[in-house]
Amino acid sequence: MEKMEKIAISATDLTKIYGERAALSHGNFVVPEGSICGFVGPNGSGKTTTIRMLLGLIEPSGGTATVLGESISHPEKYLPYVGAMIEGPAFYPALSGRENLKVLAELGGFPLSRVDQLLEKVDLADRGGSKFKTYSLGMKQRLGIAAALLPNPKLLILDEPTNGLDPSGIQEVRGIIRDLADSGTTVFVSSHILSELEMISEYLVMLREGKVIFSGRTQELLSGQKPIIIAKPEYEVDLTNLAKKLSDSGFNISIVEGTLHIDAAQEASAAINRMAFESGITLASISVVLPSLEETFFEMTGDNK
Amino acid sequence: MIRVVIAELRKLRRPTLLLGTIATVGGLSALFTSIIFLMIDSENGNGERGERISAAELSNSMGLVYGFKLVGVFLGIVALCIFASQTAQEYSLGTLRNLLVRQPSRMKLLAGKFIAMKLFALVMVLFAGALSVAISFALAGRAKVDTSSWSSSGAMQLLFENTLNIFLSTLCFGAFGMILGLLLRSPISAIAVGVLWTLILENILGALIKSTAKWLPGANFQNIGGGGTLDLSYKHSLAISALYLIVSGGLAAILFKRRDVAN
Repeated sequence: MEKMEKIAISATDLTKIYGERAALSHGNFVVPEGSICGFVGPNGSGKTTTIRMLLGLIEPSGGTATVLGESISHPEKYLPYVGAMIEGPAFYPALSGRENLKVLAELGGFPLSRVDQLLEKVDLADRGGSKFKTYSLGMKQRLGIAAALLPNPKLLILDEPTNGLDPSGIQEVRGIIRDLADSGTTVFVSSHILSELEMISEYLVMLREGKVIFSGRTQELLSGQKPIIIAKPEYEVDLTNLAKKLSDSGFNISIVEGTLHIDAAQEASAAINRMAFESGITLASISVVLPSLEETFFEMTGDNK
Repeated sequence: MIRVVIAELRKLRRPTLLLGTIATVGGLSALFTSIIFLMIDSENGNGERGERISAAELSNSMGLVYGFKLVGVFLGIVALCIFASQTAQEYSLGTLRNLLVRQPSRMKLLAGKFIAMKLFALVMVLFAGALSVAISFALAGRAKVDTSSWSSSGAMQLLFENTLNIFLSTLCFGAFGMILGLLLRSPISAIAVGVLWTLILENILGALIKSTAKWLPGANFQNIGGGGTLDLSYKHSLAISALYLIVSGGLAAILFKRRDVAN
């Protein structure tokens, strides 16, 4: 827990306005050092704008932020320790993967020997000499991750790193992120695959329409959500009967794919089971589940319609 | 800054660009130099705009660099295209964000890019010059041109001066291309506007109102390469070119420094 006390990224009222539209409005959040922090939000919610401000690529309209303890108005002070992949991998199509990494290594003053190590790490060693334009989407993505790892970063910022990767590629990226976090690297990762983030993120920053709607521990967010009791009668014909009975008893219910979803605490499951039994209905199963990150996100953003 | 130059040179020396440029420049240099010697007796002329250059004229020191001078303006156009595309492609490919993450000082990035492209242009000019001189020697006998004065110190000085002038002219065209690349952020647009302006619009303007040629950028860049004429002095062209490049380059640099990198 001690490692969580230091802050890798801190934003205070961070704002970016384009014309009349606020891409990010008074964003406040912190990312503890050494953590994996998921950055969540629908398309157009301001994730990439925020990331670009943190990397000194665009200037905030208001507010402040620090990265590795330095103000974002002086990116030269912290960027040598930051690796980033923003909005997908962008490289020179006529250069090979290896040459592309060498360009960035030379620019950043990193040893060229690191290039082959990283190609090995992202499983591109045998295609390092091929031109970037011949790479598949997954290979391009892996090269982008290799480029982000060039500085041996203290902070790694990844924007949708699993885009275009197959399941084994996604698993590899997840492994890389976990290894980096284990070695003390802070990882700030945005993804639209919320189940992915739920698996790896200890912290979350949630955005909606340019506003931060949650910033904190993933567990804190999920445990604050109401559990759902899912009951499945043995015979489907009993579904509506049981639904009516429970509804009459004051439960808020919905029928989803042959099961009853009941908004109630875990303690209510015994009462529900009893009510079903007294009505002559046998339950094939009854379980209590916490909403997933995806369900929580939709609940909070109201975007599940 | 040195790191930027080294990184930029790695991009510039990729085979498609380097060999493509060498082939283009070599081809142009060989073509124009050969025409001067092979068409020496042609009634249509063998020099610029139908001018006839005799064997006697080619036999003096100037004969050594005549072909090289002729190809100078095309080297400028090639430089314009390369500088424009290498600058604008950072926007169109989205690679500028990678570069700025690794080198946050935008002015250093810009200056380093320009220095690397200058070195590339220098190689291009030296190659074109060397090839033109070699072809001139090779074809002189066939055209009955006496080359004895081509080895004199005067000829060497002319060769040096012309190389320097053509290099300066090429840099002016290149800087113009780079500025267009920064402003338009698209290689195709930057090249199209640059080439259209220097090769077509300036000629139309010059034909319609002759006095404008004195003040147009392309004409002055070109005049530097030729070492000046009676109508348009070398110093005037240097001053006008510097003015154009300082003002537009300054504006482009300020824009580059302040503009959000949002693509």
